[in-house]
Amino acid sequence: MTRRAAVPITVRALRKTYGTVRALDDVDLDVRSGEFLTLLGPSGSGKTTLLMVLAGFIRPDQGSLKFGDDEVVRLAPHKRDIGMVFQNYALFPHMDVAANIAYPLKLRGVSGTELEQRVAAALATVQLEGYGPRRIDQLSGGQRQRVALARAIVFEPRIVLMDEPLSALDKQLRERMQIELRQLHDKLGTTTIYVTHDQREALTMSDRIAVINGGRIMQLDTPRAIYDQPANRFVAEFIGESTFLPVQRDGQTWHCAGQRLQVASANVPFEPAVLMLRPERLRILNAAGGEPEADLNVLSARVAAVIYQGDSFLLQATLADGSAIQARGIASRDALAAIPPPGEPVRLGLSVADTVLLADAA
Amino acid sequence: MPAPAVARARAQVAGPNDRNTAGLRRDSLFERVALATLSAPALLLVLITMVAPVAWLFALSFLGDDGSLSLEHYRRMIEQPSYGRTFVTTFKVSLLTTGLCILAGYPLAYVLSQLPGRAANLCLIAVLLPFWTSLLVRTYAWLVLLQRKGLINTWGLQLGWWDEPLALVHNLTGTLIGMVHIMLPFLVLPLLGAMRAIDKDYLNAAANLGASPTRAFWSVFFPLSMPGLLAGTLIVFILCLGFYVTPAVLGGGKVIMVSNHIANDIELFFNWGAASALGVVLLVLTLLFLGLASKLLRLEKVLGGGH
Repeated sequence: MTRRAAVPITVRALRKTYGTVRALDDVDLDVRSGEFLTLLGPSGSGKTTLLMVLAGFIRPDQGSLKFGDDEVVRLAPHKRDIGMVFQNYALFPHMDVAANIAYPLKLRGVSGTELEQRVAAALATVQLEGYGPRRIDQLSGGQRQRVALARAIVFEPRIVLMDEPLSALDKQLRERMQIELRQLHDKLGTTTIYVTHDQREALTMSDRIAVINGGRIMQLDTPRAIYDQPANRFVAEFIGESTFLPVQRDGQTWHCAGQRLQVASANVPFEPAVLMLRPERLRILNAAGGEPEADLNVLSARVAAVIYQGDSFLLQATLADGSAIQARGIASRDALAAIPPPGEPVRLGLSVADTVLLADAA
Repeated sequence: MPAPAVARARAQVAGPNDRNTAGLRRDSLFERVALATLSAPALLLVLITMVAPVAWLFALSFLGDDGSLSLEHYRRMIEQPSYGRTFVTTFKVSLLTTGLCILAGYPLAYVLSQLPGRAANLCLIAVLLPFWTSLLVRTYAWLVLLQRKGLINTWGLQLGWWDEPLALVHNLTGTLIGMVHIMLPFLVLPLLGAMRAIDKDYLNAAANLGASPTRAFWSVFFPLSMPGLLAGTLIVFILCLGFYVTPAVLGGGKVIMVSNHIANDIELFFNWGAASALGVVLLVLTLLFLGLASKLLRLEKVLGGGH
């Protein structure tokens, strides 16, 4: 299949107000051509509003929206040439699977054998060969999802939008579809914008993630950067588990719960500040002690409880000042055996690279 | 374990199980009796006010003037052309009324379905308002408006829109105006229900896939509103078939539908047999029509409103 080139999307100062609430608060966003970008945020954050503005279903109050070099903010939705997968799929119930997929092609004047071939090819792409004559209500949730996807890509749009397309599926199917959607994106090379409130889904699928809250983009970066170096406490709390401990500044050094912290020089701009602790980044050190490694911060704590979770375990511990922290580890036999019993002291190590300080304001 | 011991063990288990089975059966029987008892008054009412009179009329239609068993009423219906004309008129008026209701009602229901909540409710009340007034009053109101010296003709003449008073009443025109007005809500209500159930995402999806608003309407909205339209059409058509008051008042004796013919047979000729026979034929024709429609349109889906 020959494809039209994917296009970049440029969003500038986009605003949408409902009453006094700013659903989109002067949003700027650059989506690269052929990129898989995820809009991630809690419900009501404005991520769906942004997607609907991109699709043309919601008219913004102001701002600019460009596909490539074309300003499209006032363009009617049916002229935007975007494929969209709706949250509830929006498959036409009065048409069979083949007619649903043929719909955008017929509107573009495709007919006859070419129409049939392209519908069959789209069905093959989503692994539903031979499902053309099925009625929509005869399909399972996963099959509907695939048909909706086939319908959105069959006319080879330059941009594909997906609005929480996997939220109605069960966990196993969802995880399989995440991989499949990502592979399909790589194959088609379209610019894809994906909306979800599931941080794991965003981390799994995206080239870059835009974390949205209160109609603003909090951080736009690669999954690893978002996870390892969150821009603020909201991003850190929304993505992954974390515990936050207050830290005190003393000249050039930082202290946490009475212990001196080594901090990578780059991140010391805030006050008051908190230390972000990802449970899986805390290592349980040998109880015997000995000199800590040079690039390791050591927190001395007391074991409160150990929670066994099958593939991993969660160690809950209390620092000297009473604050609770958590450490996660792979639940191997040796690791489980090495954990001190509740009430005993434990030393937890955090590498300096993982020692991230954030401004305390959420 | 020796065989007799196994049998004994089974028997011990079977004891309480059997008692349970009998008890459960008794419970479900009791439930059915309770349901039947609760619905009995309503069933009895239907039996007395609907089934019995219809059966009685059915019997009457097969009795001759001398009280003996006879088919003379049905024979007369075939022999006298006036009866045939009556049925033709009935179907013609019903079809025209239904058609006009669709033409007026579909756009009305569409607008109502697209209005935001509060405005939609206000407009819906406006549609339902006529139901609060008696049918007879509304029909006579039309008579006042439409007659030779009525409001519409007076204004039309004074404003110079036409020179002769228009024959708006005591004919087919007047009958149709009155009947469309009375039947419209019966079409709009089921249609509006169906239209409101159409998810906005379907139209968004159509637009997203490249359909202009007009294309999206005809390829997505209209087909999805079809069940409501069919239900409304059917209700209006069937109500029209048996309609009496409006054609009697606004038809001026020129529009004689089956129900008017029945009334004439009773009031003028006191011929209960002939009237009953007409009633039976109308009932049978209506049932035939319903049967045909349900075959063609899968009526249970339409009336059930489900998918």
